[in-house]
Amino acid sequence: MADTVAERKTDIGPPHYEKFLPPVVKANYGKWKYHEIVQPGVLVHVAESGDKLYTVRAGTPRLLSIQTIRELCDLADTYSDGYLRFTSRHNIEFLLTDPDKVGPLIIELTTRGFPVGGTANAISSMVHTQGWIHCHSAATDASGIVKSVMDELIGHFQTMELPAKLRLALACCLNMCGAVHCSDIAILGIHRRPPKVDQEKLSKICEIPTVVASCPTAAIRPKRINGKETVEVIEEQCMFCGNCYTVCPAMPLSNALNDGVSIWVGGKVSNARHAPMFSKLAIPYLPNNPPRWPEVVAAVKNIVEVWAKDARKYERMGEWIERIGWPRFFQKTGIPFTKQHIDDFRHAGLTYQRSVHIKS
Amino acid sequence: MGDENKPSQTPKLDELEKGPWPSFVREIKRAATKSPMARDLLGVLELSYEEKVGHWKHGGIVGVRGYGGGVIGRYSDVPEKFPNVAHFHTLRVNQPAGWFYRTEALRAICDLWERHGSGLTNLHGSTGDIILLGTRTEELESTFADLTKAGFDLGGSGSDVRTPSCCVGPARCEWACYDTLNFTYDITMHFQDELHRPAFPYKFKFKASGCPNDCVAAIARADLSIIGTWRDEIQIDQAALKEYTENGIDIQADVCERCPSQCMSWNGKELRIADEWCVKCMHCINAMPKALRPGQERGAVILIGSKAPIVQGAMLSSVLVPFMKMEPPYTELKELVGKILDLWSEEGKSRERVGEFIQRVGLGNFLEAIGLEPKPEMVAHPRENPYVFYEEYFEEEPEAASETEG
Repeated sequence: MADTVAERKTDIGPPHYEKFLPPVVKANYGKWKYHEIVQPGVLVHVAESGDKLYTVRAGTPRLLSIQTIRELCDLADTYSDGYLRFTSRHNIEFLLTDPDKVGPLIIELTTRGFPVGGTANAISSMVHTQGWIHCHSAATDASGIVKSVMDELIGHFQTMELPAKLRLALACCLNMCGAVHCSDIAILGIHRRPPKVDQEKLSKICEIPTVVASCPTAAIRPKRINGKETVEVIEEQCMFCGNCYTVCPAMPLSNALNDGVSIWVGGKVSNARHAPMFSKLAIPYLPNNPPRWPEVVAAVKNIVEVWAKDARKYERMGEWIERIGWPRFFQKTGIPFTKQHIDDFRHAGLTYQRSVHIKS
Repeated sequence: MGDENKPSQTPKLDELEKGPWPSFVREIKRAATKSPMARDLLGVLELSYEEKVGHWKHGGIVGVRGYGGGVIGRYSDVPEKFPNVAHFHTLRVNQPAGWFYRTEALRAICDLWERHGSGLTNLHGSTGDIILLGTRTEELESTFADLTKAGFDLGGSGSDVRTPSCCVGPARCEWACYDTLNFTYDITMHFQDELHRPAFPYKFKFKASGCPNDCVAAIARADLSIIGTWRDEIQIDQAALKEYTENGIDIQADVCERCPSQCMSWNGKELRIADEWCVKCMHCINAMPKALRPGQERGAVILIGSKAPIVQGAMLSSVLVPFMKMEPPYTELKELVGKILDLWSEEGKSRERVGEFIQRVGLGNFLEAIGLEPKPEMVAHPRENPYVFYEEYFEEEPEAASETEG
């Protein structure tokens, strides 16, 4: 180990991206003129120089073994001179200059189980979090639901026949590492019971003022119990955000009987046409039903189908809902509107209907 | 390699090997052929699928020497059943800007991860890092040594600058209004200390999108969102428009009528754009990339404050600088960020993101503290309530005062 210590380097930062750019990219960097979508999952970018770059995009499970990464590297060595990249939605992209290699690469990817697609008016891969694979605060699994939903909707990944792009995302608790809050459809894991205070542990491992201060609704109070300094939770004030658990492991709020999933719709981040929007609550609770979460899959599929049938060309989910109005959204999707749909957090009043613009 | 251990029985997970979408269970099983850690991950995950709860505990403080971020500590709460995942720490590895790779770099990561960890990864995590999923505390230092040998470094975690990320930018996109890759690399190197050694009230994220399509969701997911834009005229190739009309685009219905600022008109031959009304939304350019391009005077809008719900509710970033030229060495932006980080470090509360901090102190006061003039582009509309904190007012002059100067 001595030589390891002697060589120890820190703060070197990431490798410089230029080392990884294919020659055609280096030659035409910043000088791309336009692009076309040749077929689902295949883009061609044309440079001012006339050079062409073909991109073949495929879906991945995001969670990849080193064996599979090596397999993908083998493909890149064969088809794209050893260059590849990933997208912000966990797709893999092969960058080719030889159009004759596009077809064989697609066959190779498809045979190996990597669907080619995710371009233009399609569903791209789902952004998602770790779930039960790695997270301490997950209210549901992430990869299992994503796999189940994408198994059902893969046809929309491989074609481009939707009215507009559809961005699906999943976060396994309200922390939203996947920042799903601006997605066309977001699946969000939710806890529904207050934390159970582990009094014994809390006094040993947590700072009480930090725990008390962590609660956005002031539902946590310091309390002396059996001679120990600990806290109590005013249960009716708890909104199950889990912030206290993040600062103090003695406040777990997982509850197998009550944890589950909520569905949110109509968000977007792009500025195209309508300004960026948050997703809004469509379904407050669906049960955790592993391994395939049939209720969640059916709910998402229903919303996608109603939108796909009813929306106008280019209309994202949120733009469509804004045009038809929320009452029609609930009517068309058959989703019941409940008390939980009405905001009661900060500035809730801004979300009330403050006009008589009501469709009959 | 523990071949005597029988593989876990995983009937529930096996269901997720079926179906056409690529299966993460297949990936874990693939890694499990070599890694006892991946094998026990299958076991613990199957248990979660049976019981409908997770089995991971908080990390406590684990990391590599001299760094406070980059490693997420994780322990199993059922180590007696699954001893190989008793520790299951994650390393976040700073990805190359734009997620471009040569295969030998990825293979080097695979090789070192075969030696030191579970053999499982995420390409990539939500913030953008390469995620190396699952290793033991005693492996961290040697993994880090091998990573730096391969030319990689850890990313951010905890209350530090999180790993900046960017869209594909000018490497492969004609819409990039500034060099997102160069900027991201530059800012990442500039903030190495802040990235590795958490010293802020909470996390601070940078995301760089080259145009208003915002492919890295900067406006929703970054404390500082740098979104490319232009301020002259959209470039039009009238001849290419014809090609689109012949290929099924109805320019009047699909483009002009979808324009949020209604600044376009089409007479069947020629497209006219009243650029002074254009809000740079990108719709027309997205619809007809061969015919329309962003203008030539390019830069970025700088926005601040977006975040997911924890603690005070989700926020979108809002405009801080309506237009900034984005050229190396990005001095103007770095100076601005320096002032923001100083102020927020000094006055922010623990676990208060900069967006929440601005809500608490007021955007007006925040601007004053960092030395920016208020501009109407920063608000959707002026205030609707009359509760203004007037700080300046007139006082009746003392009677003799006017005679003092002479």
